[in-house]
Amino acid sequence: MAAPRSRRIRLWQDRIETEVEISGDGPPLVYLHGPWGLPPDRAFIARLAEACTVYAPRHPGTTPGDENAVHALSGWLDLLVYYGELLDRLELAAPFALVGHSFGGLVAAELAAATPGSVRKLALIDPVGLWRDDIPVKNWMILRDDERRPSLFADPQGAAAQAFFATPTDAKERAAVLASSVWAQACTGKFVWPVPDRGLKNRIHRIAAPTLLVWGDSDRIIAPAYAEEFAKRVNGARVKLIAKAGHLPHLEQSEAVAKAALDFIAG
Amino acid sequence: MFHLMPYRDLPADFEDRYRSAYIDPPWFEIADPDKVGQYYNATLDELLYAAKAGFHGLCTNQHHQNVYGFMANPSLLGSVLARGTNGANIAIIQLGSTLPSTTPPTRIAEEYAILDCISGGRLIAGFPTGLPTDATISNGVVPVEQRERYREALALVKKAWSAKEIFAWNGKHYQLGMVNLWPRPIQQPHPPIWIPGSGISSTAEYVVSNDHCFCHLSYHGAKNATYTADRFWELVAKKGRDDNPHRYSFLQLIGVADSDAEAEELYAPHAEYFFRKLLHTPSYYQQIPGCLEYDALVQALTYNPRGGFNLRDMRARDFYDNGFVIVGSPKTVREQLKEWMKRLRVGHLLALLQFGSMPTQLCKRNVDLFAREVLPHLEPVWDEYEDRWWPERLRAARPAAAMAAAS
Repeated sequence: MAAPRSRRIRLWQDRIETEVEISGDGPPLVYLHGPWGLPPDRAFIARLAEACTVYAPRHPGTTPGDENAVHALSGWLDLLVYYGELLDRLELAAPFALVGHSFGGLVAAELAAATPGSVRKLALIDPVGLWRDDIPVKNWMILRDDERRPSLFADPQGAAAQAFFATPTDAKERAAVLASSVWAQACTGKFVWPVPDRGLKNRIHRIAAPTLLVWGDSDRIIAPAYAEEFAKRVNGARVKLIAKAGHLPHLEQSEAVAKAALDFIAG
Repeated sequence: MFHLMPYRDLPADFEDRYRSAYIDPPWFEIADPDKVGQYYNATLDELLYAAKAGFHGLCTNQHHQNVYGFMANPSLLGSVLARGTNGANIAIIQLGSTLPSTTPPTRIAEEYAILDCISGGRLIAGFPTGLPTDATISNGVVPVEQRERYREALALVKKAWSAKEIFAWNGKHYQLGMVNLWPRPIQQPHPPIWIPGSGISSTAEYVVSNDHCFCHLSYHGAKNATYTADRFWELVAKKGRDDNPHRYSFLQLIGVADSDAEAEELYAPHAEYFFRKLLHTPSYYQQIPGCLEYDALVQALTYNPRGGFNLRDMRARDFYDNGFVIVGSPKTVREQLKEWMKRLRVGHLLALLQFGSMPTQLCKRNVDLFAREVLPHLEPVWDEYEDRWWPERLRAARPAAAMAAAS
């Protein structure tokens, strides 16, 4: 596979620099990563890029060298308007397909609700954003050492989990990888701490694009029952449960998730 | 004298049975509310006892949802202490209310102003940023915003204390249309400001830049504080500040008895209780993403903490040998403290004389011995420097009692 092209865009009155990784060929697809940053999702993005031109921006503050950009956005409205600006600047042949994972899924849902005309297809992978008191969403930023793997992966010892938690042996590289992951959680967590409910339930009815919910059937961060919570609020939304997958089904069952998303987008 | 107000009767297997001293301990399984009432009263008694014994200041602090120390609002205790020490030369050291956790922070400005008024101008205003769990979990503060909220809140508090005109505050985190605080502190433009920290970070930079007092709150003792103290004094020099030792406060666990052997035996269970049970806090509660700014995060990940200790593997003897607790006869204790105060340039020693499960009687004996046979030897250590971080009315060598509010 060809390495993604990288484009750095200055936004938000020049206060935020955003790196967008662009790969593949075909109709435009915007991919929004989850709380752990863009790097863990690259292989999955490459698979999507077999059928689409994928635009994968880094969340504000997670572009290397511009970490303090996270402070340039004051709240939820700022974040959504910032994404509006970013999408304008990408000058996509609208409307586009929008795919998001976890926190990125919440942002994708909000964008689809705020500007229903701009999104052609919406695919959400284990998105957060709704809340049920009887099955609270687990705070992924304060997981105990012994519950981190089983909370994120159906198979805590599987290849996907091993790859996700692997760190380089070189001390400096190791620090850089860990810092990238921790800081990505800080920058995304800023907008959903301490409870990932920013009121999407009040706006979700505005989503007009055909919508697919993809959910790991062993997600122990946000239970698969939430798939129905999303689906019942979005006209015609479909749910695809992924077997043997946790909160990161696109890593754990990469091919099944990519195929579900691409079939849906092409259909 | 410093006090944490811990739970003193935890089960013997607490650290094995529960994951953490913070956040997780189930109240209805562990706590006895009548005992807790006794602890609060004992805490106040012990502090007031220290005041009578000749200590110079009484320290309270704010923590939440834990067994380690739960003065959830230190102003409540501070007001009892202020009232109870009227007429005496005792500073009321609130070390203190955590600004980012309180909205709007003018509430703390008001509480501190009340304390300054009740005490007749004896308040020291401490402003900790708060432990990560206190701010972000117990009070819902966004981790990556904790420090910027803190800075904005402190600027607002300082302005609210001294502004001559009503003003509007249009900040990033706080908006208030008309600020005109009642009451204002007696000490103008503000009481001495002390800011705690556990190492040299952006907080220490802020403290030195603003000429406040840095309170080095380490539980690893003076023996393990040379690195931080040296970096602090380098920072002071770099910023062009003088080397007045009173700009640096240090916390130390101390246990005094008639002989070294008696002290070592007497304080052993309480030292072990403190370090093994009360400080039983796993890393995932200490390293919440966002609580460290990016540069500090990279630094923390690159350089492992020097001389990391595994508290669970340590016993009383280890805590003594490694200097976490200074125990011994009055002679032993004063010699060690004197040496360390000089080595680290400690202007204010925050003596933690009740720690862990220590009962009131032992705490009072510790206080007595310390006040009578240790404190007088420490008082002259930095006599030649003026303490600019002490309430003005208490600054004279042996000031007349601050009577304003007591008379």
